[in-house]
Amino acid sequence: MTVLLELANIDVHYGAIHALRGISFSVAEGEIVTLIGANGAGKTTTLRAVSGMLKPTNGSIKYSGADIAGLKPHKLVARGLCHAPEGRGIFPNLTVRENLLLGAFLRRDTQEIAKDEAKGFALFPVLKERAAQPAGTLSGGEQQMLAIARALMARPKLLLLDEPSLGLAPQVTETIFRIIEEINKAGVTILLVEQNAHLALGIAHHGYVLETGTVVQSGTGQELLKSPEIRKAYLGE
Amino acid sequence: MRELLQHIINGVSQGAIYSLIALGYTMVYGVLKLINFAHGDVFMIGSMVGWYASARWTSEAQNPSIIGALGITALAMATCGLLGFVIERLAYRPLRKAPKINSLITAIGVSFFLEYGGQWLFGPNPRFFRVLPPHPAMTVAGLSIGYVDVVTIATSLLLMIVLQRIVFHSRMGTAMRAVSWNPDVAALMGINIDLVISFTFVLGSVLAGAAGILYASKYPSVHPLMGLMPGLKAFVAAVLGGIGNVPGAMLGGLLLGLAEQLVAGYGSSSWRDAVAFAILILILLVKPSGLLGRTTAEKV
Repeated sequence: MTVLLELANIDVHYGAIHALRGISFSVAEGEIVTLIGANGAGKTTTLRAVSGMLKPTNGSIKYSGADIAGLKPHKLVARGLCHAPEGRGIFPNLTVRENLLLGAFLRRDTQEIAKDEAKGFALFPVLKERAAQPAGTLSGGEQQMLAIARALMARPKLLLLDEPSLGLAPQVTETIFRIIEEINKAGVTILLVEQNAHLALGIAHHGYVLETGTVVQSGTGQELLKSPEIRKAYLGE
Repeated sequence: MRELLQHIINGVSQGAIYSLIALGYTMVYGVLKLINFAHGDVFMIGSMVGWYASARWTSEAQNPSIIGALGITALAMATCGLLGFVIERLAYRPLRKAPKINSLITAIGVSFFLEYGGQWLFGPNPRFFRVLPPHPAMTVAGLSIGYVDVVTIATSLLLMIVLQRIVFHSRMGTAMRAVSWNPDVAALMGINIDLVISFTFVLGSVLAGAAGILYASKYPSVHPLMGLMPGLKAFVAAVLGGIGNVPGAMLGGLLLGLAEQLVAGYGSSSWRDAVAFAILILILLVKPSGLLGRTTAEKV
């Protein structure tokens, strides 16, 4: 299996705060990899460093063989690395369709964009019903679906998802996770950050456990699900 | 009635100039959340370049022609566009991640730099300005419409239509609007934030350059501090319309111009400036988001 993304000894500082302390992990092409951990463990910071929203102070990030640490997000989107950020980041004043089209901002192949839009609507039928509605009027779950569908409009090779289950009802979360698996089966590599460790490890090929900015444990999703420490710390047993 | 219409025509022409300047304030605020207090001085540079081009470098001012006026306007717009680009690049970009107050103070610094740099280069004395060929006022239905007012209104209208096309119907405009809503997310859509910000400064400054020529044609005297008052008024216009809102800046400028003319016409012309600032205070008290401004709620 080829490695698509590899972080080696990544440090990130927010001013005086040392948020990531030498994080290393890798994501193979075609996998779903999840980062789990408590609030403040550095999960979101890791994603933000990968997508270029933050500049690591140390270490290297290799994507498709090239070092990308410190590159601006728009350069990475052009290379197929897309990030559906924490809090969904939809544009509330724009319609659902306009939000989707912004996801394809760098593309000029109008016909293919239309095809991808149709694919997105097939994946999330509720978005099709609401295509002309301002995105701010969608429910939380629908906004999350829109955020994922919009990220897919850039035809990502690697999709970063930040807490897609945040604030959603259990059934909605399950639907979203089922669709994440579908997206993965269609060939998109996924790096998933989640607080809901049970669900995330259930669909992940590999998982990494973060604590105060370092990786403390790793393994396949199933291994981690069975690990007594994980069950105790994150699965409430 | 005729008097009222006369005031309205004058007000619209004055307001159109405010609108052109206000657009620069509002667009820059939209993408950077910064009040670029040097914007009024960019407008002054527009007039200044016009004076140099018509009176110093050529003898166009002695015998103005339409072609010459167009060329001078284009030069003023281009110079201001370049100046806007340089100001953002050198003064604001290094402070992008610094607290907002630093950028604000820097904006005031840039403003002083242009005003007093201008006095050093140009001298403090006003110079006579002329780029439009003289033309008698037109009389329509008993109303006297000044040639300059016609040119001002027509030019502003044209520029605003072009701007509207750019902001609402072009890729760059889409990018500008996305950046103004949420720069972080816009970047994740593949939008080059630095490019969009540069573009916004250039666009706003180009409009200020055109406004500089129009304003100086109406009040034909240019000097390095002339940007101060129109700059402040245009800022009021932007706040009145809803800062960050493009149609709002157009509307705000128009309303402010009308209010000033009506107050000057029916009250006293010494209240002209007071009315602008009274409007500012009133709008901040009653509807701080401005006439077309929106307050958005975020869903969790």
